[in-house]
Order: sequence, then structure tokens, then C-alpha cells
Amino acid sequence: MMNRLMISVSIAALLALGACGEKKEEQAASEQSQTAPAQPAAPAEPAPAPAAQAPAEPAPAATTQEAAAQPTAGAIKQGGAMTVTFKDDISTLDPAIGYDWKNWSMIKSVFDGLLDYKPGTTEIIPDLAESYEVAPDGLAYTFKLRHGVKFHNGREMKAADVKYSLERTCNPDTASPGAGYYGAIKGFEDFQAKKATELSGITTPDDYTVKIELSHPDSTMLHLMALNFSFVVPKEEVEKSGADFGKHPVGTGAFKVAEWTSGQKIVFERNKDYFRQGLPHLDKITFEIGQEPVVALLRLQKGEIDIAGDGIPPAKYAEVLQDPATKDLVTITDQLQTGYVSMNVNIAPFDKVEVRQAVNMAIDKDAIVKLINNRAVPANQPLPPAMPGYDKSYTGYAYNPDEAKKLLEKAGVGSGFETDLYVMNVDPNPRIAQAIQQDLGKIGIKANLKSLDQGTVIAAGGKKDGAPMIWSGGMAWIADFPDPSNFYTAILGCGGAVDGGWNWAWYCNKDLDARADKANAMTDPAQADARAAEWGKIFIDVMKDAPWAPVFNEKAVVIHSKRVAGPDGIFADPIHIPVNYDEVYATDAQ
Amino acid sequence: MPGYVLRRLVQMLLTLIGVSVITFLITHALPADPARQIAGRTASAAQVEQVRHQFGLDLPLPQQYLRYATGLIEGDLGRSYVQRTDVSFLIASRLPATLLLMLGAIFCELLIGLTAGSVAAFRRNTAADQGVMIGALFFVSTPQFLVAYTLLYVFSNWLGWFPLSGYGTFSHLVLPSVALGLLGGGWYARMMRSSTIEVLRQDFVRTARAKGLSRTRIVLVHVLPNGLLPIIAMIGLDIGYFMSGIVVVESVFGWPGIGQLTWQAIQTIDIPIIMGVTLVAACAIVLGNLLADLVAPLIDPRIKLK
Amino acid sequence: MAVLKALFQRKLALLGLIVILAFVILALFAPWIAPYPFDEMHKDGLTDFGSPLPPSAKYWLGTDTLGRDLLSRLIFGAQATLIVAIIANTIAVAIGTLVGVTAGYLRGPGGSALMRFTDLMTAFPALLLAILLAAMFNPSLWIVVIVIAMVNWVQVARVTYTETISLSEREFITAERSLGAGAPRILFRHLLPHLVPTITVYATLGIATTSLTEATLSFLGIGVQPPTPSWGNMVNENQTYFEVAPWLVFFPSGCIALLALSFNLIGDALRDILDPTLRGRH
Repeated sequence: MMNRLMISVSIAALLALGACGEKKEEQAASEQSQTAPAQPAAPAEPAPAPAAQAPAEPAPAATTQEAAAQPTAGAIKQGGAMTVTFKDDISTLDPAIGYDWKNWSMIKSVFDGLLDYKPGTTEIIPDLAESYEVAPDGLAYTFKLRHGVKFHNGREMKAADVKYSLERTCNPDTASPGAGYYGAIKGFEDFQAKKATELSGITTPDDYTVKIELSHPDSTMLHLMALNFSFVVPKEEVEKSGADFGKHPVGTGAFKVAEWTSGQKIVFERNKDYFRQGLPHLDKITFEIGQEPVVALLRLQKGEIDIAGDGIPPAKYAEVLQDPATKDLVTITDQLQTGYVSMNVNIAPFDKVEVRQAVNMAIDKDAIVKLINNRAVPANQPLPPAMPGYDKSYTGYAYNPDEAKKLLEKAGVGSGFETDLYVMNVDPNPRIAQAIQQDLGKIGIKANLKSLDQGTVIAAGGKKDGAPMIWSGGMAWIADFPDPSNFYTAILGCGGAVDGGWNWAWYCNKDLDARADKANAMTDPAQADARAAEWGKIFIDVMKDAPWAPVFNEKAVVIHSKRVAGPDGIFADPIHIPVNYDEVYATDAQ
Repeated sequence: MPGYVLRRLVQMLLTLIGVSVITFLITHALPADPARQIAGRTASAAQVEQVRHQFGLDLPLPQQYLRYATGLIEGDLGRSYVQRTDVSFLIASRLPATLLLMLGAIFCELLIGLTAGSVAAFRRNTAADQGVMIGALFFVSTPQFLVAYTLLYVFSNWLGWFPLSGYGTFSHLVLPSVALGLLGGGWYARMMRSSTIEVLRQDFVRTARAKGLSRTRIVLVHVLPNGLLPIIAMIGLDIGYFMSGIVVVESVFGWPGIGQLTWQAIQTIDIPIIMGVTLVAACAIVLGNLLADLVAPLIDPRIKLK
Repeated sequence: MAVLKALFQRKLALLGLIVILAFVILALFAPWIAPYPFDEMHKDGLTDFGSPLPPSAKYWLGTDTLGRDLLSRLIFGAQATLIVAIIANTIAVAIGTLVGVTAGYLRGPGGSALMRFTDLMTAFPALLLAILLAAMFNPSLWIVVIVIAMVNWVQVARVTYTETISLSEREFITAERSLGAGAPRILFRHLLPHLVPTITVYATLGIATTSLTEATLSFLGIGVQPPTPSWGNMVNENQTYFEVAPWLVFFPSGCIALLALSFNLIGDALRDILDPTLRGRH
């Protein structure tokens, strides 16, 4: 459940993990859908070093952005309303704090950042910034702000607000789960340690210019400026609401929060002064909270609601896809997600590579995919197929229980052994774990299930001798933009193999870490292909040691009513879950 | 009497302190690290420590409890780790929905229980009597999720008589109240049946019946006044039973009450909410018990308040 | 014996006995009765869409969401369900009786302290406490047993306490006491035998409550761990299929209801037989 803890978060951050129960996870992941094949690594690595984008020429940047809005803005009439349901509470709409798959997208509609993504893609475009410039050494970013952008309270947004907002996120008192992303900004350590009262790296030469200096190059900086944690908030409103700003959010975004009844509903109302012409399309969005996914789907079929935020429950999937009345309302897309079984290399007998390989061969992935209604494709490597660097020629460990048994014998555990398989206790994960358990039983591994709430599973994974095996479903890693490094550093690299880390296999291969660093240093866009290829090799080498048994790559499934529509790809947006609220329009208002 | 109540209130306070200590110990023994949850995935070890310090999670346990207890005295239930909001606000915003649901459930219990019980009594030892009593026992024995799901699918989805889910209007209230109240209705039916039978045995009632007094009148005039006090006592005790029921019923019907809040908090190990809800529920239960005990001597003069 | 005879004379109680006996037989001989192993995921047990199969000649009650035979799981499920219901309740009754009788006999500060602790436990929302305890330890069959026992002993303690108090004021106890009889003699020779009827009734009715608590815990996903079937966790696994494949939910929850109903019927009859003055809610 996901819920929502920051744990269940998914998101458009640099490294994000997926969320919540299966359904949720799917949506969580929809953010990534579609991205990669079309536009390989380029957006991922915005080439900080030499490239200066749109230097001093606001015009082209602005045009790009205009162009992005064009196809929708002209033809579509504003008006109408829609209703979205979620099972769990919306925790907060504070951009510095909100970090789960539901509020992530909502925050994007209430607030704006300097940069944004072109709808339906992961291509970075200017947003509150009109243009930006990157210094040749990659150590300074200069953003020129739009004029006349107003907060919902009527005050104009200026450079000081940008600085204030970033400092607020990085301020340890805010306890933002995203603060860690901004460590490259000059003065970050001193500010965090409260040795400085401001982030010395952020300066505002005038009301419409923000300069950010870095202490070391960070190829992800542009993404960070499109990330919720950098979104701009008005100081006076934050001070007015204090710690409850997340319940009384005021931003510059397309929607204002008109009503918030805790535990029941949140109503978004169109911001008539929104700086982007013609957006948003809808007058009103109502988010209803606390609805069981099955019930939400029934209501959608009856036309009472427009988007079932938690997706299609497994029980109804076959029916929805076969029913002519509903099948066209479903969008299925690939997403950058891999469901895997981690094996803790510290815990015998998983310290033996043969045992880990045997587990890889023992799992009947096709059968498991069928269990979840074919909403996934079998996986054989950590990277999902849509990710640059994915090695199509690699066949992995094919299903072969006999060979697996031989490997166990070779490892000296031919008579089998007993171990624990941890799993989050939300459907369908216990069911998937039972299928894995059964497969392992066939080669003599008796895996006892530990079906627990996700906080406990994650805590066990972060302990050196905590969890021998974990089925990652519901907590799985979902990348935010198509860069293979997202699938390595924290979850397979030495850096994540620490107490409380996310490398649940505790796999640490110094050689691979060194190769990863090298690959990440290839920041020139011309090297993108070579870099992706090198990453691909790294993951294939990881699989030689088999700390994971990749099981499947899940697809994202979104269902919406006939009453709402949007431009192509809107219901499979890589950034927004379940949909980019700004771009949706009401068919009955046309 | 005032002395007794005062003593009971002091006792209640001690009980609640005990409840808070035990819950505190249990929640802090849960195998999850709140500081890491708050700090997020990208946090460095230093940042996690910073958060731990900021939220006072690095203090020794007794000191943490003292901090919490001090807050309690001021009515501060702490702040949710996940929602970053005052727990008292979260509970207060959901309490009305739960109270409404409880009221609805009590109404259903009484309506179903009193009607069924007196009907059974008037037709004592007939098939109708047996049917009602077995029915009552059946509802007492049926898991609440089964009742809730069945009501939802039959009356909302198939027949379309009630909205599928949600909160706000009277028709939203009906099914959840019935789901929560059926169980208690079974108990009340059994109780009502025996008290009605007792009244019917009395001579003056027999005479009245012979004179043609209607059944409804007998129930209203003679049975209910006597049966009212035990019913009040039982309602006091019901609160404890409801606390379990609402977790299931609220989640099935999407009712925005304490039950859903609790369940979400447990899933995410949001300790301050778990603590807060437990305390509020304990308060309700203790008050309900007090009510039941205060009523007891009125029912049976042999019981004295000591 | 006389009690049994009286039970047999009551049709409903007899029916309850038969149902329980049938469940016990199912549980004991599950491996021989069940058509398939409870955890076998049949290759032909799911549709191409991964949906469970409706009842058929091969799978009499259909298959569950993992393609396992529902009937076999129901039969094996009787094991965990009965173990939890009976053992947890036995422990609860034992603890409750011990606390209640001790407190009632001791009176004074000791007894008072025990009862204050009991009050404390009464004030806990039972399900919440069970959920927390279950989360604290890794749930397993035996943890579920212990958790439920820890939550359910309170009622028994209160009842036995009241009974003990009123009994110890009766002449025969005061007489024994004045004759200098030791505490064990009074407790075991005189008090406990008089408490047996009450305890029996509560023990029987308590099993019904216990099996419902287990069902609710399992329904919430924190009960008996898969793949071991219990009727409660079968409902949990299949609940989202309620509309599409109602049998998946109806059969296991029907079994739970039948089990609880049977114990309630017997408990009711026992109450009438053993002590007509015991009335009302347990």
C-alpha cells in the first residue's frame, strides 16, 4: 500500500521506487511508459558540460513550449468536470514533502517548477523559466523567469521565491524526502548542517533571474528543476499555514485547491489566471478518497466517476478487456519497471552464486505472468526492455528445474534448504510469492512466506542479515526517466548495500561500481549509445552473479470514462499518474 | 454517587495512561524505522540522523514517552509521520463520520433487534420464533466482511437502491449501518425476546391482552420501559465491538472514518496515528463501560455502586 | 454425561455438534479426503486470462486465483481454522480463569491490581491490539494463536472474577475457611468445580468469537500465512473476486459462519442446561 509512505512512492524523481499494491504499482509506473523507445537516452542526460541550451535566446525556448501547448490549446474548449477516485488518503500537497504516486501528479497541477516535461514525453521544456543556460563546465545554471506569473493569492512570482523554495526543500527542518537530490548545489552541506542560513549556490541577480552554482557537475540537474521538490511556493503562504502548508497549498499551477475535506475529497478548481493560455481544460476536478478499487471500477462502469485512480483490479481485468463497452477506455503501456526476487548474498546459502543461479532457473515466469492476467512480460535482466542498454540478445537463465537442481548439488545443498521469502501483504504480491514458493519447492528449497506490511519488509531488506529473499512487487524500483543508472546505484551498487539501504541483495561488486562511475562520466550526448551499451554490459555482468532473479516487467494500465479525453498519450504519460490533469478535457464540454 | 463517578473517572484516567504506555511500547517495538521513512530514499545517513533528532526519535524511550504524554495533556496527539499533519486534526476530521456510522448502527441494531425479538416472543415456540432466533444467531456468527460485501453487491450493484460507496447523504449511510448493526441486532433480538417473554408472563399483561391490548402497545408500554436500561448498558459496551467492525465496514464502503485512517496508519506504520486512534478508542470504550456500570444498579437494585 | 444427553435432545445443538464433528473429521483426514494437495497450482486451473475457473467436474468448487482446487483448500483450511479457534480459545480461557479466580480469591491489593490490569485490557480496542501484536512479531499460525489468546482472555477473567467473589461469600466456602482449609484446597476442591458450568459456556461461545477474530485478522492480511489455507485468509486472497467469482468468497466465509454458528448453538444450549440464570451477551 501502499500507501503512501514515502516508501510507496513512485515518481518522477531520479530514483524512484514504485508504489503500492499491484494496481497502484502499475499506475505508479505509468510514468515511465512509452518513453524510451521513441527517444533514447537523450533526455536522460541533458548534457551539462559543454552544451548551453538556448543561451540568451528566450525565443526558441518559448516557441518550443508554445508548440507543446498548441495542438491542444487551440481546438479544445474549456469547461466540464471530472471525478477521480483513490483508495488511500492524499497525504499532503506540499511539493517539498509529497512523494507518493497519487499526490505527485496532483502537486504538478497546483504548483510549477522552473522546468517541466512536454506532455506525454520525458522531454524537458521550460516552465516558470522562460529560458535557461548551462555553463560550459556544467557548474552553473542560469534561469530567466517568465514575467507576470501569479500565485493563486495574486502576488507575482519572482526570483526570490525560487530561491526560497529550493532552500525550504533543502532545509533540514522541512525534513523533505527530496532534499538529498540537491546535494550538488554549492553550500548544501553547510546549509544542511545549519552552519549557513542560506544556500550560497543560489543567487538572484534580479527579480527574473536565478543562478544556481554547483560544487560538482550533476548531469541530472535539469531533471531536478522539473522535480516537484523544486516547485515554487510563496513564502507568505507557507508562513501563514506553517507546518500545514501541505493541506493549504498555494502555488502558480493550473488548478487551485478549492476544498479539502480530510479523508473524503479534494476539489480542484481551474486557475483562471494560469499563465499558459488555454490550460487547464477542465473547470473542476474532484478527487474522492477511500474508495475500494473494485467499487471504484463498478462506479466507473456506471458512469459515476471518470478515472479509477487505483486501476483495474485483477478480478475485473478480463471482463473489462473483453467488454466492448469498456475495452477502448483502457490504455496499456510499457513501463520502466522490473519485478524481481532479491537474494541476500550475506545469508547462506545465497552466498553461493550457484544457489542464486538455481533460483533464477527454478522460477516459471510464464506461469506467474499468467497469474497477473498477462499484465506483464517475463524478464531476464534487471533493465526493462524499454530502457536504453537493454540487451535483446541476452537470454538469461531459462526455466530449467533440472539444471537448477544440479546447481544446488554443486553448491553442496543438493538436499535442499529452508529459507524465508519476504513479500508485501497486498494483493497480488502474496499470490505471486506463493507461485515462486511453489517453484522453489520443486527444486528442494523450502521458502517460508513472510507476508508483511511494506514498512516491515523494507526495513528487513535494509538489514544486513534481515531478509534472505524479497519479492519486490509493490515496492519495486521504477525509474523516472530512461536512464539505466537508475537501476544500478541504489539497488545493485555498493552504495545501496548499507544499513537501511535499498540494495536488498547486499550485492557489492567494486569492479562494476567502477565501471558504473565511468559510464556515468560519459556526459557527451554523442557518447549516449556507447554509454547505454556499457550499462547494458554491466547489467549482464550483474546477472552472472545473479543477486536478483528478475521475474517480469509490468505494464501500466489506466482506465477512464468516455466523458474525459485528452491528446494522444495522455493516459500513458510518463510523468503523471494516472494522467496529466492539466491536459484532460471533458467531451461533454466540446 | 458523585463520589463513585469521581473515583471511576480517576480509575479511567489511570487506565488510559496504562493504555498509552502499552501502545507506546508496542508501536516502538515494531520493526520499522520512522526516521528513514520520513527522510526518504535519497537521504544520506547524516540526513536520517538529522530527522531522527528533529523528531526526537533519538531520545531514550522513557523520555520520548514523557514528551508524548506532555503533549497529550495539552491535547496534542503529535504529528503524523506520513501525512505531516496534526493527528488530532486527522482524527477530529474523521470522527464525525465514524460517530454517524455508529449512531446508524445502533439504530439498526435496535430496530432489527427489538422488532425481531418481540415478534419471536409473541410467537414463542413457533417456526417463526425459531427462524428469528436462528437468524439472529446467524448474524452473530457471520464475519462482518461477508455481510458488508453481500449488502454492497446485492443492494448497490445489482438492485441499485443505494450508492456504491461514499459519504454525505442519508442513502450512503444505510448499508454501512446495517452491515455494522446486524451483528448487534442479533444480540438485541435475543435479549428482547427473553425480556418480552418475562413481561408477557405477568398477570396484568395477561389481563390486558385478554382485553384486547395490541401487541405494539404491550411492547411500547410494558416491555420497553423495563428493557430500556439493559439496552442502554449494552449500547455502552457496543462501542468496543464497533471499534473492530469499523475497520472492515469502512473500508468496504469507502466510509471516511477512523477505521480507514487506522488501517492506513497500520500499513505505513504511522506510529502517531496508531497511538492517537488507540487512545481515542480506549476513551470511548472506557466511557461506554462507565455508562454500562452506572446503569446497572438502576436495572437491578441489588447491584450497588461501590 | 447428563449434559451430553441433554445436548443431544436439543435438535439445534445436535446439529451444531454434527457440523463441528464433520469439520474436525475434515481437518484430521484432510490429506485423504481432499482431491488435491492444497498448494498445487494446476496448469489447467486458470483461464487464459488468468481468471479462476467456476465449479466443474474436475474442480468441484472451482479453482482459486492461483489455479488451486478450492475444495481441497477448504478441507485443509479446516486445520488451521480449527487449531486457531480451539487452541487460542483454550489458552484465553485458561488465562482468564487463572486471573479471574486468583483476583476473586485474593481480593485485597493483589486482586485489585489484577482486575485493574484486566480493565486496562478491556479498554483496548481488541482488533487494534491484535493487529499491532501481529505486526510486532512475524505472523505465523502460532503467533496468531497467541495474539488472539492475549486479546480474548479478558471477558473470561471478568466473569470468573465476579463468580468467584459471589461464591466465596457463600457459606460453604466461609465454613471451609474458618476450618482452616488451605488456599489450594478451597480453590480446587470448592471454587473451580462450581465455576465449571460458567467456564464451559464461555469456552464454547468463545470459540465462535475466536474464529471470527482469526477470520478478520486473515481478511486484513495479517493472519495465518500463505500458502497454508485458513478460511479467513482464503477470503482475503479472493475478496476482490467477490463479484466475478462469488464462490471464492462465499464458500470459505460460509464455512466460518457455519463453524461460529455451530459453536454458538452448542454454547447457547449449554447455558440453558448448565445454568439457566446466565443470560445476555457474553
